[in-house]
Amino acid sequence: MEDLPKLRVALVFSILLIFLSSSISSSSLQDIQIVNAERRIDLSSHIIRVYLTLKVENTGASPASEILVAFPPTQVENIATVKGAATAGKRKKKTYVPLTVTPTTLPDAPDGVQFYSVALLNPLKSGETVTVEVLYVLTRSLEPFPEEISQSEPQLVYFRDSAIILSPYHVKEQTTFVKIPSNKVESFTRVEPTNRAGTEIKYGQYDNRTPYSYSPILVHFENNSPFSVVEELVREVEISHWGSLQITEHYTLAHAGARHKGVFSRVEYQSRPSISGVSSFKQLLARLPPRVHSVYYRDGIGNISTSHLRTSNSKSELEIEPRYPLFGGWKATFVIGYGLPLEDFLFESADGKRYLNFTFGCPLVNTVVDKFTMKVVLPEGSKDPSAVVSFPVEQHLETSYSYLDVVGRTVVVLEKKNVVPEHGIPFQVYYNFNPIFMLAEPFMLVSVFFLFFVACVTYLHMDISIRKS
Amino acid sequence: MGGSTNQPSPAPAPAPAPAPSAPAPNVDTGESMFSSLSLKNMKLKTKQQEVLIRVSILGLVYILAFITRLFSVLRYESMIHEFDPYFNYRTTLYLTEKGFYEFWNWFDSESWYPLGRIIGGTLYPGLMVTASLIYWTLRFLRFAVHIREVCVLTAPFFASNTTIVAYFFGKEIWDSGAGLVAAALIAICPGYISRSVAGSYDNEGVAIFALVLTFYLFVKAVNTGSLSWSLASAFGYFYMVSAWGGYVFIINLIPLYVLVLLITGRFSMRLYIAYNCMYVLGSLLAMQIQFVGFQHVQSGEHMAAMGVFFLMQVVYFLGWVKHLLRDTKLFQFFLRFTVTCSIGVGALALGAGMASGYISPWTGRFYSLLDPTYAKDFIPIIASVSEHQPTAWSSFMFDFHILLILFPAGLYFCFKKLSDTTIFIVMYGLTSMYFASVMVRLILVATPAMCLISAIAVSATIKNLTSLIRTKSRSLLSGSGKTSGSTKGSSKNSLDQSPPFGKNVAIALLVGAFYLLSRYAIHCTWVTSEAYSSPSIVLAARGANGGRVIFDDYREAYFWLRQNTPPDAKVMSWWDYGYQITAMGNRTVIVDNNTWNNTHIATVGRAMASEEDEAYEIMRSLDVDYVLVVFGGVTGYSSDDINKFLWMVRIGGGVYPVIKEPDYLVNGEYRIDQGAAPKMLNSLMYKLCYYRFGELTTEYGKPPGYDRARGVEIGNKDVQLEHLEEAFTTSNWIVRIYKVKPPSNRPKVIKPPRNRL
Repeated sequence: MEDLPKLRVALVFSILLIFLSSSISSSSLQDIQIVNAERRIDLSSHIIRVYLTLKVENTGASPASEILVAFPPTQVENIATVKGAATAGKRKKKTYVPLTVTPTTLPDAPDGVQFYSVALLNPLKSGETVTVEVLYVLTRSLEPFPEEISQSEPQLVYFRDSAIILSPYHVKEQTTFVKIPSNKVESFTRVEPTNRAGTEIKYGQYDNRTPYSYSPILVHFENNSPFSVVEELVREVEISHWGSLQITEHYTLAHAGARHKGVFSRVEYQSRPSISGVSSFKQLLARLPPRVHSVYYRDGIGNISTSHLRTSNSKSELEIEPRYPLFGGWKATFVIGYGLPLEDFLFESADGKRYLNFTFGCPLVNTVVDKFTMKVVLPEGSKDPSAVVSFPVEQHLETSYSYLDVVGRTVVVLEKKNVVPEHGIPFQVYYNFNPIFMLAEPFMLVSVFFLFFVACVTYLHMDISIRKS
Repeated sequence: MGGSTNQPSPAPAPAPAPAPSAPAPNVDTGESMFSSLSLKNMKLKTKQQEVLIRVSILGLVYILAFITRLFSVLRYESMIHEFDPYFNYRTTLYLTEKGFYEFWNWFDSESWYPLGRIIGGTLYPGLMVTASLIYWTLRFLRFAVHIREVCVLTAPFFASNTTIVAYFFGKEIWDSGAGLVAAALIAICPGYISRSVAGSYDNEGVAIFALVLTFYLFVKAVNTGSLSWSLASAFGYFYMVSAWGGYVFIINLIPLYVLVLLITGRFSMRLYIAYNCMYVLGSLLAMQIQFVGFQHVQSGEHMAAMGVFFLMQVVYFLGWVKHLLRDTKLFQFFLRFTVTCSIGVGALALGAGMASGYISPWTGRFYSLLDPTYAKDFIPIIASVSEHQPTAWSSFMFDFHILLILFPAGLYFCFKKLSDTTIFIVMYGLTSMYFASVMVRLILVATPAMCLISAIAVSATIKNLTSLIRTKSRSLLSGSGKTSGSTKGSSKNSLDQSPPFGKNVAIALLVGAFYLLSRYAIHCTWVTSEAYSSPSIVLAARGANGGRVIFDDYREAYFWLRQNTPPDAKVMSWWDYGYQITAMGNRTVIVDNNTWNNTHIATVGRAMASEEDEAYEIMRSLDVDYVLVVFGGVTGYSSDDINKFLWMVRIGGGVYPVIKEPDYLVNGEYRIDQGAAPKMLNSLMYKLCYYRFGELTTEYGKPPGYDRARGVEIGNKDVQLEHLEEAFTTSNWIVRIYKVKPPSNRPKVIKPPRNRL
């Protein structure tokens, strides 16, 4: 077992953490304790969603304005997004109020632990309790084992975490539920009390755990959901004030699951679809905005004929099939392009600026994007571009040239790593644009033709021979 | 040869009356004056009207030639077709990305592994440079086009340009009417369309334009004797040399033409200037193309041109001496002496050159052109190519339609009005017809000649008929002397005798001619749409419910290779797919469509024809990682590797005598079923195509393992592979890719030799 050393390292690390945690004495940290924590880890696809419900109590004297959520170093790289919400009301009338979440650091925290601070709506006064829901998404956290499988084998993966929630606070009661896609579980670490019922493994309840308690677990189970990862996605939105929005999306898609080993047999694949290539996928669904038109789906060597578009008033769905089914480790690159009516996405703000309101993220359903680039190509002649995105992204400007451009178009480039479907929320790009620029290109064309005809006429009316007639 | 107009101008044009200088005495007369003036103006413009009609017809023909070639783009997509165009596309891409010098010095290690190929020195760069120039120009003008679109549309664009050249050529040979007809005929002639539809990005696409242009410019130079035209024709020739190997046709036809003119006593200063300038400059320019190099002075195919060049000097020299020597007797002696000397020196030089190897002998392709049976007997690789087969009558009819009938008629008109130019077009027509009947693909070269000569027939006939009709109506209406004058002017080329039944017959004939021409147009459109507009990469078939089913297996396999194999993987396949694998799969191939090394191809053929163990040795020695075969047994696609297999055996056997064709045949019959030859059943190709095919039921009511392409049940349903494993098979099984396993760590226990049947 090659994972044993890893386990051992994790154990040592956790003991160290426990040891360290006793030495930390931060007043604010000590003042807050978690009365009840419930964690639900959803492992049904390759995007892991963890729902954390924390009932927090302020035991100190001063009011607390934020709570910290801690992540072990093994997960830091894989966190795609952390969202917080405050709940109010009872069961039926539960309402969620989103809270701002920002990554922070603590001065005397254990090495490598990453904190996210959830700002509360109202400071938590002494003795009061509040319930906070935290959702975080982990990507690339399922490690296929065995790493290589043949066509007839199912895909087994490891999931590593801690049975006890890593927290800088004292946790009175906690439970963790791990949901797996099927009841085919090879093994899982037991940290008593541990129960397994069907597709759910329950860890806990554990009482009175000190800050930074850690107890590594390993779940080895079957997961045949498509591990579709877009290694790189460049989405380009070109605004034309003549009434359309042209979107071009360049995908580099990969199957990030267990690598395919040996033979690919078409006979097996065609005749026994239930047991052959179960972890492979050949279909993807892209959710596009409604009223989409002129959709194309092609790659470096031409059109791919296997795609279907379904449109309705509320949404459009594009079903695409890569040229071949994707087995573990196989890749496919392709381009999707489509047009959208401008009036659905471009608006004018109160101060006279125009802004594009478009959705961030990848239109493919249930897909992780490792490196995401959003390019908004503004029309020629637009000025003062600025982008408003509700989460941190890298921004810079570029210039691109398209048909008949003289000065070039300003391109607002937004880059983000590790993008999950949760990032598919609207963002805005504001800019100033004088409509007179719309006429520049038609005017250029007209004048070129005009000059051409004038030249023809002059040529026909001129005698340029040197002989005298 | 003036450009005589289609319609005879009814009245001699008076000088334009200066309208403002005519003062109007009163309103009424002023108005009448005005109307008469405008009428006069209208009459004035008859010639301009004719120009307008001519230009607009040409413009329409130009557009027509372009759009009739777009069937495949509309029906499929904007993509490159066939095999060779993929190489051209790949090199063009390289040229636009890396620039000209990189391109010129490109050593391609991705093909002909392990030999590689010096691309810059072994291709005709004209097409790539042309496409790149168009691309760069468009880019400069800020048209955000992709190089693929430029490549796809290059051939139609040049076809359009060819129509314009054909117009001028026709005008030069006959008159502007013939030019217009020629332009219209060539715009839709299937023989030309077959090589110039959108996506057919091949050398021929621009080469036919260059060919017609060179001929036109040369004819113009001969007609005018002007240095500038011959210079232009030299540049046209240079462009042709840079674009296509078919330039050899020009460099042999023109000397032949000059020779014929010399023999028929039509030698003139004009011819002397045109030929010498064109030959000398054209040869020098052609030497700038790496692939051609010094062939103009070193290769047997080009010697005729050089011989004629020297002959021309001798003739001119003799003429000069004759001019100096008044004494005929002395001149006779001198003539005999010079001719003997020059022939002797020429023969000696040629013999010495041949013997020393300075002058290379004729190539196989050239031989096979002169002797159609040559390739069949000696060079199977040339004979194996379908487009090198002798032409069937049906394909002549298919590609030329009524031009086949009009061609002799046009020849008749040409002979009737013999001149330097008509001699040229007659020679071009006759020689190219011969070549077209030797090789299918050379129909292309004959097409412009066919169109031009047919255009002469059509134009002359219609002109005669219309002038007849006009004469009758005129004489009936007015019968004035003016009409007869105009008739004489217009029916310059008409038959002398009056037709037997007069006007009605003429009208009937005219209607018949138009009917024929319209049939031609319909036929051309039908052929273009049905036969010449499929990309051959994507196969389309009618499904059971009438819908179109697309088999995109080639691209599926190539894209799989590109994405999921190591970048340095070597792929072995039959040479047909080499260019496509390198262009679309981006992987190294052992052999490709540039069939320059027969031994290498024979090695691959041998591997395919051998048993797996032997083939494994060959593949190991060639570092092969993947083997790709094309198999149509599931879909019924007939041009697959099993049907090409005998050529592999033949070509392999041509170099390696261990491979013998009769071993693969049963009583001279090629079979794959139970009764197939054991060698056939054990050959690598058979195994790779039919691996696990025996488990598949392809057609309802047929046993498993029923090959739909050949309509038989296969002979070996339990194919076992030892050294290869299936790596990928496309969804319709058209392309199958196998991975060559590394040798096992422990050597196998040596088996006792098997009993061969």
